[in-house]
Amino acid sequence: MNVAVCVKQIPDTADPPALDPQDHTLVREGKLIMDESDGYGVEMGLQLVEADGGGEVSLLSMAPNGERSGLRNALAVGAAKAILVSDPVLAGSDALGTAKVLAAAIRRLGPDLVLAGTESSDGYTGTTPVQVAELLDWPSVSFAKHIEISDGLLRVQRQTEAGYEEVSCPLPAVVTVTAGVVEPRYPSFKGLAAAKSKPVEELTVADLGLDPSQVGFAGARQQVISVEASEARKAGEIVVDAGDAHERVIRFLEQLKIL
Amino acid sequence: MDRTWVLAEQRDGVPAGIVLELLTAARGFGGAVEVVTWGPSSAGAAAVLGRYGATKVYDVGDIGESLPGPRVAAALAAQVSGGNRPDAILIGATHDGRDIAARLSVRLDLPVLTNVVGIDASGGRPTSEHAIFGGSTLLRAEFTDGIPGLFVIQAKSFVAEPAETSDPAGQRSPEIVAIDTPETGASDAARIVARHEEERSGPKLDEAAVVVSGGRGLGSPGNYALITELAQLLNGAPGASRAIVDAGWVPYAFQVGQTGKTVKPMVYIACGISGATLHMVGMKDAQNIIAINKDPQAPIFSIADLGVVGDLTKVIPKLIEAIKARR
Ligand SMILES: Cc1cc2nc3c(=O)[nH]c(=O)nc-3n(C[C@H](O)[C@H](O)[C@H](O)COP(=O)(O)OP(=O)(O)OC[C@H]3O[C@@H](n4cnc5c(N)ncnc54)[C@H](O)[C@@H]3O)c2cc1C
Ligand SMILES: Nc1ncnc2c1ncn2[C@@H]1O[C@H](COP(=O)(O)O)[C@@H](O)[C@H]1O
Repeated sequence: MNVAVCVKQIPDTADPPALDPQDHTLVREGKLIMDESDGYGVEMGLQLVEADGGGEVSLLSMAPNGERSGLRNALAVGAAKAILVSDPVLAGSDALGTAKVLAAAIRRLGPDLVLAGTESSDGYTGTTPVQVAELLDWPSVSFAKHIEISDGLLRVQRQTEAGYEEVSCPLPAVVTVTAGVVEPRYPSFKGLAAAKSKPVEELTVADLGLDPSQVGFAGARQQVISVEASEARKAGEIVVDAGDAHERVIRFLEQLKIL
Repeated sequence: MDRTWVLAEQRDGVPAGIVLELLTAARGFGGAVEVVTWGPSSAGAAAVLGRYGATKVYDVGDIGESLPGPRVAAALAAQVSGGNRPDAILIGATHDGRDIAARLSVRLDLPVLTNVVGIDASGGRPTSEHAIFGGSTLLRAEFTDGIPGLFVIQAKSFVAEPAETSDPAGQRSPEIVAIDTPETGASDAARIVARHEEERSGPKLDEAAVVVSGGRGLGSPGNYALITELAQLLNGAPGASRAIVDAGWVPYAFQVGQTGKTVKPMVYIACGISGATLHMVGMKDAQNIIAINKDPQAPIFSIADLGVVGDLTKVIPKLIEAIKARR
């Protein structure tokens, strides 16, 4: 079985995020890292391929400036190859534009299953993967917390607001995974060295046969009108516990008539 | 704006809380408010929808064991493409809501604005508000082209209030219109084979006046009992950071934050939670915040009305004893 995993390369979450003052997009200069949320998809893909006994995991990423540093770990833990779509016309793409690019790349790859994160850590629109499914006319199951495959049928536990649903779904399909669906493995030194020689195919919008007006700022058809600091909540009283801080909490709750 | 549609997801035959919030917001836009719903018993939900201002209910009907995404999106898209075109469609940021929005946007080839926390329609055209960077920054956006505008809206962005009505019975029954679902094909091949609800007692997390949440600072899953006990003593609901949900200590239904529940209780007590931006967006609008954390530098203290720097395994048991002693 062949699995394609969508991995988003994002600015390091340890750095304070910033918006470009001109076009209000997230600043994505410099080195990007793989979104931690997508590490679960990579691991899930590897485990499903291993259980199936054949096939491979391919990575799929759309990122600026031919960025691949966020692909390295995923290649090191076992992904066989990657498709990287990078093109200046993609700047400013929204979720729908991104989905059109990913769907075109998936058509080229022809996998049995596509895995993605439920939402990214930088944009968290959470719509991209299901838009991909609709573009491909495939079924999708979002918020998977457990996945099995038997006789070519997916069995997914789908998280809901109140519990979970068991969903059965034929392939090909798109599944989005929550954190905790599986525990990602760490790359070894050998794996990291091997990752350097794994193929990364870099494609442009033209290579994918897409109309440039469908993607980037042109395709997004939305604009930021203003960005301002919100009225911040202020810090209140701080007490350092010397064995009696609970008494202060009690008084606070009394004032609010909770006690 | 002439007409706004609200997507009305149901839970056990009644509209989900967020639907009433969205109806209240839509009434403020001035034009007609209509809803699109699905499920086995839409007629039962219609009365409540009417009380919150809906004048018409488009009913997709029973979708059986299908996931709502493909079916509801197809039915909606067929209406819009057929000329029944509202100015805006408001969709709650639930799991199913997001799936429907995603598929609808492709079918109509229209963009979606997500993570919306407010809408201003006073200029005739809706502009959306987005709380970014953990709520420290407010961004406003609008569509430059295309109708209807698709908005996916966070829970608790608006306060639900029933419509004023001159009708003495206080009831307005909306007209119910059944709508067709076109062929959905392969996209609708997934089937729900079983549904599991996680048991919870006490008030609901997103409705409770008091929420006591625990995070990784609890140190071990067993210590979550401190959170449940304190919550129970205060007639509140226990909550959690995503860190301990991902670790499997408590179910997802307990999660507070960007990808969990948005809560606005009278008091939120954060125990052993650092205050990551994605946690804070879900609770920063609590009326009062108490934080217990052993790290004086923890970001949660920057928004706490009362911050206790201390070890929760010492502070919470004493708090529990003191509350019990008052009874
Ligand atoms: C896409 C995405 C979505 C997310 N959505 C959410 C969300 O909805 N909700 C959410 O909560 N998070 C969310 N997160 C995760 C979030 O970024 C943080 O990782 C998470 O909130 C941290 O949880 P925590 O505060 O429990 O753990 P930590 O950050 O590890 O904090 C633990 C705290 O406990 C304190 N502590 C330790 N021991 C003690 C003790 N004995 N007594 C007192 N204090 C102690 C420490 O000082 C520390 O501050 C999301 C992340 C991503 C990428
Ligand atoms: N540029 C991208 N490249 C690859 N995958 C992406 C990209 N954007 C989004 N995705 C996938 O879609 C998921 C949800 O992203 P989002 O819609 O941005 O919240 C991510 O976790 C990824 O798996």
